[in-house]
Amino acid sequence: MNKVTQIEGKAVPVEGNDIDTDRIIPARYLKEITFTNMGNYPFYDERFDAEGKPKGHPFDLPQFQGAHLLFVNQNFGCGSSREHAPQSLMRWGVRAIIGESFAEIFAGNCTMLGIPTATVNHGEMMKLQTLVKEKPETKFMLDLEKKTLLSEGKEYLKFDIHESKRNALVNGTWDSTGLLLGNAGKTAEVAKKLPYVAGF
Amino acid sequence: MSKGTLYNKVWDSHVVDKLPTGQYQLFIGLHLIHEVTSPQAFDMIAEKGLKVAYPNRTFATVDHIVPTKSQARPFQDNEAELMMGAIEKNVKKFGVPFYDFNSGNQGIVHIIGPEMGLTQPGMTIACGDSHTSTHGAFGTLAFGIGTTQVRDVLATQCLAMDALKVRRINVNGKLKPGVTAKDVTLYIIQKLGVKGGIGYAYEYGGSVFDAMTMEERMTVCNMAIEGGARVGYVNPDQTTFDYLKGRKYSPTADKWDKAVAYWKSVASDKDAVFDDVVNFDAADIEPIVTWGITPDQSVGVNDKLPEVSRFSADEVKTVELAYKHMDLKPGQSIKGTPINVAFIGSCTNGRISDLREAAKVAKGRKVSKSVRAFVVPGSQQVKAQAEKEGLDKIFTEAGFEWRQAGCSMCLAMNPDKLQGREISASSSNRNFIGRQGSKDGRTMLMSPAMVAAAAIEGRVADVRELMKNL
Ligand code: SF4
Repeated sequence: MNKVTQIEGKAVPVEGNDIDTDRIIPARYLKEITFTNMGNYPFYDERFDAEGKPKGHPFDLPQFQGAHLLFVNQNFGCGSSREHAPQSLMRWGVRAIIGESFAEIFAGNCTMLGIPTATVNHGEMMKLQTLVKEKPETKFMLDLEKKTLLSEGKEYLKFDIHESKRNALVNGTWDSTGLLLGNAGKTAEVAKKLPYVAGF
Repeated sequence: MSKGTLYNKVWDSHVVDKLPTGQYQLFIGLHLIHEVTSPQAFDMIAEKGLKVAYPNRTFATVDHIVPTKSQARPFQDNEAELMMGAIEKNVKKFGVPFYDFNSGNQGIVHIIGPEMGLTQPGMTIACGDSHTSTHGAFGTLAFGIGTTQVRDVLATQCLAMDALKVRRINVNGKLKPGVTAKDVTLYIIQKLGVKGGIGYAYEYGGSVFDAMTMEERMTVCNMAIEGGARVGYVNPDQTTFDYLKGRKYSPTADKWDKAVAYWKSVASDKDAVFDDVVNFDAADIEPIVTWGITPDQSVGVNDKLPEVSRFSADEVKTVELAYKHMDLKPGQSIKGTPINVAFIGSCTNGRISDLREAAKVAKGRKVSKSVRAFVVPGSQQVKAQAEKEGLDKIFTEAGFEWRQAGCSMCLAMNPDKLQGREISASSSNRNFIGRQGSKDGRTMLMSPAMVAAAAIEGRVADVRELMKNL
C-alpha cells in the first residue's frame, strides 16, 4: 500500500458550508455499478445548465484545471454515505482536501481512498481561498508528516488532521482490509464471546 | 470521557484489537446491504480473491432504485435493471441471504431489519447507508459506512473505527397533541445544528423517549445523522423487548430470558458519565417544517421565517442560498406555502404507525387538485398490514396514489421525481438541493400527518387545525 506523505499541486476553492454529498454527486449517477466514470460528475448540477453548458463553477475554470488540492469550508460532505462523492472528486484529480470541518462518514471514506482531510480554522481558510482566487497558479505542498502546508516552497500554515487518519496515510495502511484480515483469529474469538452470535 | 454508557459497553465488547493507526478494529454483528452501495464492494473482494467472511451475518434487500409502480422485470430503466442484476448475482455467488420482491420481506433496509427482528439490542450494525443510525432505536451502535468499508465488512466482518464521544440528549415533559417523533428529531437538529453532532454518538433519553413506541424511536434515531451524529441510540427497555417478541429472527422462547437479561445489561448505567448533556422541554416543541436546504433550517409551523441577520457571519452564505433556492423570504409565514407534491414514505416515516397517522388526517377528505400526492410503504410487510387495515382505501379515496415498497422520492433514484421547480411536502429526511430528483426542485420536511394535511389543503397547514374536526 502506498504511503501518502506529501501532496503537491495547485488548489481549487469550492466555497460554502454544509455542501452535502447529493450536491457533490447527484443520486442519478449512483446507478452505475462501477466507479469508473465518476470523474465526469462531481458537482454536476452546479457546473452545467440544462443544455450541458458550463456555468462557471471552479471545477471548469481554466485556471483551476489540474488542481490536486481542494479548499472547502464547514461540514463538507454531509448527508449520504455514498463513496461516489470522494470517488468523483478523486477521479477528477483531487488528492487532498483542506477544510474548516468535514462530515464524519465522508472523511472516513476519503481516508479509505488515500485522500487526507486536513482542517484549518475559518480565518485561515478565508485566507487560503482568497489566495487561490487571486493567484490560482500558486503551488502548494501538503506535508502530512509535518502537518504543514507550504506555498511556493515556504511554510504557509499548520493544519490539523485526525491522528489515526494521518497514521494510516503516512504508514500506508489506509486501505484497511489487510490490517483487519490479519486479525481473523482474534475476530473469531470476539465473535464467539458475543451472546447473540453464540445464539444466547 | 464517557463511562458506563451503552456506547462504551457495546463498543468494548466488540473491539477486536487496537490497530497500529490508533483506530480500533470493531466486530460488526449485523451487516445490511442494498443494491446501490454494494456492487463495487463485491467486485473489490472478488478481485482480491476473498470470500464473505461471515455470510450469515450479512442480509441483503433492494430499495433505492426499485420502481414503486410496476415492479415487473426487466425494469424499464436499463441502469436499474443492471444494478438489480448485480445484487442478484452477488448474493448468489457469495451466499448472502436476500430479501427480494418474492420474499414478502423486501423493503427499505432500515425498515426490514427491525421488522424481521434482525436488529437487536447490544449489537454493532453497519450498512452502506447513512441512515443506519435508525437501528440505534434498539440500543445498538449502528454506523453508516462507505463502499470501501462495505468491502471490509464483507471480507472481515470488521471495521476500522475511531471512538466517538457521547452526548446525552434529554427531552422531558409531555409532547403537545399533534407533535410527533419527527417534530422531536427536527427540533433537536434545529437547536444543535447539522454540525452539532460531529464526533458524537447521541444517546436520547428522558420521559418523552421512555413513552415513545419503537417506531417513534426509530424516526428520531434515523435523523441523528442529519444532526451530524453518525450514531444515535435509545437504551433498550420493556418497549424494546415487547416489540422484538415473536419476530422472524428474534430469540425463541427457550432463549428469550437469557436474551432479555443480556439486552438489559447493555443499557447505560444510572451513574453513567457523558461527555456532554443537553436538556430540552417537550412543551417547547411545535409541529416543525423545514424552509431551507439543510435539515436544521426549520421553524414551528406557526412561526415566521428568520431574518438573515439572525445567523452568524459564516452561515449567511448558506442561508442566502437557501432562501434563493426555495424562493422564500425572511419574515414570511411557512404556513400557507403552496405545494405541488406530497410524499409520505422513507425510512424516517414509512412505517405502519406513520401511515396510520397520515390516514387519520386523510380520511374522508380530498387531496387538493393542485397536488400530486402519494404514499409509499417502507416495506412489503408495512404495505400488507396497511391493506389489512384498509388504509390503502382511505388514501386512494382521498386521491393519494398507493405504491409498492421502496425509497422512492426520498432520493428519487427511481422514476418518482420532482419536476422542474416543484415544491414538495415530504416525510423524508433530507431537503438538500436536488435531493428529490430535480436539480431545481424544492423540499419541505415535516411529519407524515403534516404532509397529509398539506396535501389536502394544497399548502403547508397546521395539522392540529384539521384534527379539531376529527
Ligand atoms: S428511504 Fe431515503 S434515506 Fe432511507 S435508505 Fe432510502 S434513500 Fe436512504
